[in-house]
Amino acid sequence: MFKIVDKEVLAPTLSKLIIEAPFIAKKRKAGNFVIVRATETGERIPLTIVDSDEEKGTITLIIQAIGKTTTIMTQMERGEFFLDVVGPLGQPTPIDNLGTVVCIGGGVGTAEVYPIAEALKEAGNRVIGIVGARSKELVILEDEMNQVCDEVIVTTDDGSYGMKGFVTDALKNVMNDEPDIKGVYAIGPMPMMRAVAETTRPQEIKTYVSLNPIMMDGTGMCGACRVTVNGELKFACVDGPEFDAHKVNFDELIARNRTYEDQEKMSLEAFLQEQECKVHDAQTEQYKYKD
Amino acid sequence: MRKQNNTNTKTNGKVNPLKPSERMKIPRHLPIEQGAEIRISNFEEVSQGFNFELALEEAKRCLECKNPVCVDGCPVNIDIPGFIQLLLEKDYQAAIEKVRESNYLPAICGRVCPQENLCEIVCLLGKKREPVAIGKLERFVADYEMAHGKFTPPQKAEPKNQKVAVIGSGPGGLTVAAELAQRGYDVTIYEALHEPGGVLIFGIPEFRLPKHIVKEEVERVKALGVEIKTNVIVGRTITIDELFDELGYESVYLGTGAGSPNFLNIPGENLSGVYSASELLTRVNLMKAYKFPEYDTPLKIGKRVAVIGGGDVAMDAVRTSKRIGPEHTILLYRRSREEMPARVEEVHHAEEEGIEFQMLTNPVAIHGDENGWVKSIECQKMKLGEPDEKGRRRPIPIEGSNFTIDVDTVVVAIGQSPNPVIQQTTPGLETTKWGTIIVDEKGATSREGIYAGGDIARGGATVIQAVADGKRAAVSIHEYLTQVREENKKKAEQVAES
Ligand SMILES: Cc1cc2nc3c(=O)[nH]c(=O)nc-3n(C[C@H](O)[C@H](O)[C@H](O)COP(=O)(O)OP(=O)(O)OC[C@H]3O[C@@H](n4cnc5c(N)ncnc54)[C@H](O)[C@@H]3O)c2cc1C
Ligand SMILES: Cc1cc2nc3c(=O)[nH]c(=O)nc-3n(C[C@H](O)[C@H](O)[C@H](O)COP(=O)(O)OP(=O)(O)OC[C@H]3O[C@@H](n4cnc5c(N)ncnc54)[C@H](O)[C@@H]3O)c2cc1C
Ligand code: SF4
Ligand code: SF4
Ligand code: FES
Repeated sequence: MFKIVDKEVLAPTLSKLIIEAPFIAKKRKAGNFVIVRATETGERIPLTIVDSDEEKGTITLIIQAIGKTTTIMTQMERGEFFLDVVGPLGQPTPIDNLGTVVCIGGGVGTAEVYPIAEALKEAGNRVIGIVGARSKELVILEDEMNQVCDEVIVTTDDGSYGMKGFVTDALKNVMNDEPDIKGVYAIGPMPMMRAVAETTRPQEIKTYVSLNPIMMDGTGMCGACRVTVNGELKFACVDGPEFDAHKVNFDELIARNRTYEDQEKMSLEAFLQEQECKVHDAQTEQYKYKD
Repeated sequence: MRKQNNTNTKTNGKVNPLKPSERMKIPRHLPIEQGAEIRISNFEEVSQGFNFELALEEAKRCLECKNPVCVDGCPVNIDIPGFIQLLLEKDYQAAIEKVRESNYLPAICGRVCPQENLCEIVCLLGKKREPVAIGKLERFVADYEMAHGKFTPPQKAEPKNQKVAVIGSGPGGLTVAAELAQRGYDVTIYEALHEPGGVLIFGIPEFRLPKHIVKEEVERVKALGVEIKTNVIVGRTITIDELFDELGYESVYLGTGAGSPNFLNIPGENLSGVYSASELLTRVNLMKAYKFPEYDTPLKIGKRVAVIGGGDVAMDAVRTSKRIGPEHTILLYRRSREEMPARVEEVHHAEEEGIEFQMLTNPVAIHGDENGWVKSIECQKMKLGEPDEKGRRRPIPIEGSNFTIDVDTVVVAIGQSPNPVIQQTTPGLETTKWGTIIVDEKGATSREGIYAGGDIARGGATVIQAVADGKRAAVSIHEYLTQVREENKKKAEQVAES
């Protein structure tokens, strides 16, 4: 059992959880993730280790509620427990002093790129951060990114905050201003990562993306997470999750990630309905007491 | 403890009044089974084994051989005639305790051992008639204890105050742990997944090996004082060297199995709707996807399923798929029926369940629709050529014989390889080119104090082989730690003298 020692709601569907996991805290490096199972009937899902505190023996997770499992997790409170947390998994990001690098986070991807930006900065790079979100209230970790980046550009799709547009628009500007970008690290929704890959491809700027295929064990045992990179079969959980963006077969991965679309929808709808019933029951319950 | 050494419970004629010639006339008894029609729509155990009456009747067939060759056929040398005699005496508790002296996982092995190639193939009765149903009797006494008996953990030796770490909680790891705990060591099992049992939990399906049985036998290992830590991936969460240097373990057993699925490397293998057998079986067994949406893990099996392979894993995958309810389930295998490595009993069960076998068929490509979903599988016809080194006839493609089968789900079940994480993170540990860990005849690896066995050393093998390796390693680890203890004592004495 893994205790939730602290929780902060960052945005309506986005929560930051601090989890007690001393062994993982000690070992984790930028780019690593954990597999978490919240409850007995729950799924195992992968989540990036955003931060860790070796002394306190804790790790930080930032979770965006998009389906049933993530909704349950974002609603859990301080003092509750995750049944299972295993890691650290995946290959850590190779961190070198390259010169000028760009770290791009889209949506919850900002949480995933933040530890990489931090490590790149520590290694001596000049780090330019680009943080993208649909609208103002979904922008996360702006302060944290500011602390570890030399410069941060915020973009929103609707222009409610920062620059109006996509992260790729900001990236194009940066590419115009900076003649010598040594590396681009992009994490976010798959279409965003693909767009970043296409943006940097003509100039052959080394670009890394952290792929998010469906995973189960996270240890190389099931092959659910397999992706094609440079025409070769790779298991994202052990060989990745980061790969050379210019070599990833995104079409295949996007199609594979839709495998359980119907079931995922059904799961979430049933869950939300159940929650509504509970709220309704609670209200009638209250009503009864008033009587 | 009762009747510890009663190999000679020879109550000849008293308990079993039948003369050998009479015993030989009794035909082998068949276990009670769920009918094929019913069982394909549930996940309950297919074979319900023997009831009291059948068990006693079957036990009467044993000839109580003076030289019981069956015992040599069993990799852990269970005293087979010994426990069968106790069974006949209706001292079921003593019978199971007799079995447990040699095998700490009897309810499991009685169910999944390939008995027809081990104890039963050499049974003397089998020379003229059908062999005694040894596995089913072993299962009977084990089940008896779970239902009616009282389990008391075997006596433990004096505490040795030495710590042993066992990596992996498959049958091998559980056995080493049980054996060493009985010898007085402090044993901790580290398991990567959230539940102990290895392949017994995530691979072999519920309808062949119910998970409550595995859990019960795991509890018995714990009853010896063994601690099981789940959610620890050795090599990632903690390394072997840290176990020695920081946590004070003096010996380590590696029982991490062969868990990484192989693929065919043909076009279209990454389409949606293509699974490895490991993924399919883990979703169903460990994550209980067959109970979706009560359990959150989904599984999508379409209307027409093709499973590729011919071993136990392929058979489990095809029968599991069938139970999810597709209209048509086909097994594709590139050799012929005779070369199939799967257990005969399971092939027979699969056939009864209406699975179509398409032999001498080799997949060459998987084709998808516009959404990236499997649409069909393209295969090539094969013929059999000369036997290979193992004596199995080699399949040879027939030119121009390609044809396609319409399917929407494909399951690849062509074998597993060792997971390399420990090998990569443990300096000095020698491996073969296939990634299996090299061990000597004592189960010792190239590094002092580290032992290994089961699938990580053999590649894909069997449950009882893993158990036998576990027993062998326990003996070696005990010898090794005894030596360490004596050396430490000597050193301490020298220090005291000087
Ligand atoms: C290496 C890695 C790191 C990740 N880090 C984070 C993170 O830090 N924060 C965060 O909020 N999210 C992260 N994700 C994504 C997160 O795992 C998914 O959002 C989550 O699994 C969705 O589960 P659900 O039941 O809530 O949604 P569902 O309704 O089940 O699915 C919604 C979407 O999530 C994907 N998905 C479903 N099941 C899985 C699964 N078992 N594994 C992976 N993807 C799945 C599906 O493609 C689907 O499009 C990461 C994913 C990967 C692979
Ligand atoms: C589907 C299927 C059906 C089978 N059917 C039969 C059958 O009917 N009869 C039969 O005799 N055999 C059968 N086998 C083979 C048999 O299951 C194996 O030979 C046997 O389980 C091997 O045991 P083991 O102890 O070596 O390890 P395994 O059972 O493979 O267990 C290894 C354990 O180690 C854990 N592990 C791996 N790496 C690490 C790590 N780094 N840190 C911590 N833990 C780790 C794994 O999670 C796993 O739990 C079958 C196999 C499969 C896959
Ligand atoms: S353990 Fe296996 S081989 Fe040994 S007696 Fe039992 S069924 Fe036969
Ligand atoms: S060989 Fe067969 S008949 Fe003889 S003791 Fe063993 S089980 Fe009985
Ligand atoms: S998640 Fe199972 S192999 Fe990667």
